[in-house]
Amino acid sequence: MTNETTARERYEDAASGADAGVASFEDDRRGILRTVQHWLHRTPAAVPLIVLILSVVTFWLLLGSKFFSPFALTLILQQVAIVGVVGAAQTLVILTAGIDLSVGAIMVLSSVVMGQFAFRYGLPPSVAVLCGFGVGALCGFVNGALVALMRLPPFIVTLGMWQIVLATNFLYSANETIRSQEIEANAPILQFFGEKVSFQGAVFTYGVIAMVLLVVVLAYVLKHTAWGRHVYAIGDDPDAAELAGVNVTRTLISVYVIAGLICALAGWVLIGRIGSVSPTAGQFANIESITAVVIGGISLFGGRGSVMGMLFGALIVGVFSLGLRLVGTDPQWTYLLIGVLIIGAVAIDQWIRRISA
Amino acid sequence: MKTLKIGAAIGALAVALTAQTAFAGSHGKTSACLITKTDTNPFFVKMKEGATAKAEELGIELKSYAGKIDGDSESQVAAIETCIADGASGILITASDTKGIVPAVTQARDAGLLVIALDTPLEPIDSADATFATDNFLAGELIGQWAAASLGDAAADARIAMLDLAVSQPSVGVLRDQGFLQGFGIDLGDPNRWGDEDDERIVGNEVTAGNEEGGRTAMENLLVKDPTINVVYTINEPAAAGAYEALKAVGRENDVLIVSVDGGCPGVQNVKDGVIGATSQQYPLLMASLGVEAIAAFAKDGTLPENTPGKDFFDTGVALVTAEPADGVESIDVAEGMDKCWG
Repeated sequence: MTNETTARERYEDAASGADAGVASFEDDRRGILRTVQHWLHRTPAAVPLIVLILSVVTFWLLLGSKFFSPFALTLILQQVAIVGVVGAAQTLVILTAGIDLSVGAIMVLSSVVMGQFAFRYGLPPSVAVLCGFGVGALCGFVNGALVALMRLPPFIVTLGMWQIVLATNFLYSANETIRSQEIEANAPILQFFGEKVSFQGAVFTYGVIAMVLLVVVLAYVLKHTAWGRHVYAIGDDPDAAELAGVNVTRTLISVYVIAGLICALAGWVLIGRIGSVSPTAGQFANIESITAVVIGGISLFGGRGSVMGMLFGALIVGVFSLGLRLVGTDPQWTYLLIGVLIIGAVAIDQWIRRISA
Repeated sequence: MKTLKIGAAIGALAVALTAQTAFAGSHGKTSACLITKTDTNPFFVKMKEGATAKAEELGIELKSYAGKIDGDSESQVAAIETCIADGASGILITASDTKGIVPAVTQARDAGLLVIALDTPLEPIDSADATFATDNFLAGELIGQWAAASLGDAAADARIAMLDLAVSQPSVGVLRDQGFLQGFGIDLGDPNRWGDEDDERIVGNEVTAGNEEGGRTAMENLLVKDPTINVVYTINEPAAAGAYEALKAVGRENDVLIVSVDGGCPGVQNVKDGVIGATSQQYPLLMASLGVEAIAAFAKDGTLPENTPGKDFFDTGVALVTAEPADGVESIDVAEGMDKCWG
């Protein structure tokens, strides 16, 4: 018995002198810049967080308590809630090296379905909300199937779906707005995310709370579950992921379906924010969500970045928008600065990526 | 088998008949084009409705075109070119880009078409043969006068929020904004720009894109600037509905006066419910039907439409809708407003 075991282990004798540690990446490069670069590479949400803190401090110094008050700071959260939720969907897709131009359209169509199913067909509002989620998931599934099964480029698929879903939205709704007062009287659940808790001047709508919870849950799922790691793996190198045993097709479809569901959630949050169901809302949600993702340090080449970064990116845009408005500048300066931030973020991303080269 | 044959025969006959009428149509009828900013906004839907009904009545063939979104000028230029090629007698257009569209409009007029601007004047206004529109300055003036009269003595230290359309300051937005300020009794500075007034009662200008979401965000921003705002001017009723949500969120919905312009049915309903204090109602259906009549007259004997005396366009009218009439400001009640509303 003893002899047998020894014999069986003998083949490893050749390796007896080797390093017993698990495979690791040695960082033998020196210098502060290198160290910073390496740290940023491991913590992709750090850059946007630093920019966010710096911008808040800058506006605090410029504007004092008008800006740095619980009311104004939580107002920024309310104003970015929709972009934050849509951005979470966008993050998932971009991590797979895709892009989703149809997110805003799916959001609006879902909100219209929630409203019209309740008011036009008289369904119970909670059922109408579920139908809205169903429509969001369906749109996501079509996107996912076309990308994963038909192997069409995500940009083209979602460019097409953007037009299709938006046109469907206008045709179906006849551009009818459902007024806030009617929703309040007949289907208050549609305005659920407009409810709020406040203390000491700080106001948190349920929409804001939902956004934060969603980001935290996704951050956990992406980091600590097999599915989450598969999403990163596919974005990094789909062929390698396939060889490593990841079911690429199924994972990709699931990513788009979940993105669709999150867009439907955004649609519900949207009703809470504007009170009414309006088919013309959210026209630029796709661009705004991509902006948040990019400023948040998530690589458009896929496989790198964190959903927390996206939230910081969205908040940076919110801080700049409100801050510059309070300073009293022409709103065009806000857009100009956001443009600078986008290009800056991508430049930093490229610089950080050089560490792996 | 027999029924199938009969069915096929009837089908063939129907196809032949339609082909024939289509053929007759393209030759015998006067034709006109309607080009709107979008075909989804209820305002333009109503406009199309008015134009179609009138065209049917006069036996004119009407073709409708629209941009994909508000601001989509390329589609409108392409539509004008199509109408020229199609041999239409005239074009009715609500331009997305009031300056940029001018070369295409000139091209159409050179080709012998009558071009009428509906709702939105071109820049300069005489780039079109005629303009059938709401007097947007007057629309603003009415709600300004109403707000000042309703506040009475308190108007002297009002805190006013101005919720405008867009930073590019399209003429509709400027006219309504400046009209409101004039009506309220505030010095305008340059009447061709908003935002250059130095009256301390104005808290600030914010842009809304004319929708609920923009209205809410704009109102929130101004409330941070000054939480004591008590008068809110809004470019249109969706923006007003958004502003109301922002005010409701801070519990101020009952002590702030919101005024607006448009007269859409949801907006008038909001006047009834006390969300909006007063709104100036405009009449898109009338603009379009008058426009089609003008093209018919032009096609018949070359008659050109005339302007309202004292104005450089044809005024299709505006009325103040409110449930609480103020002294010295003419208005119609909510019931009448509901009768005439669009969308």
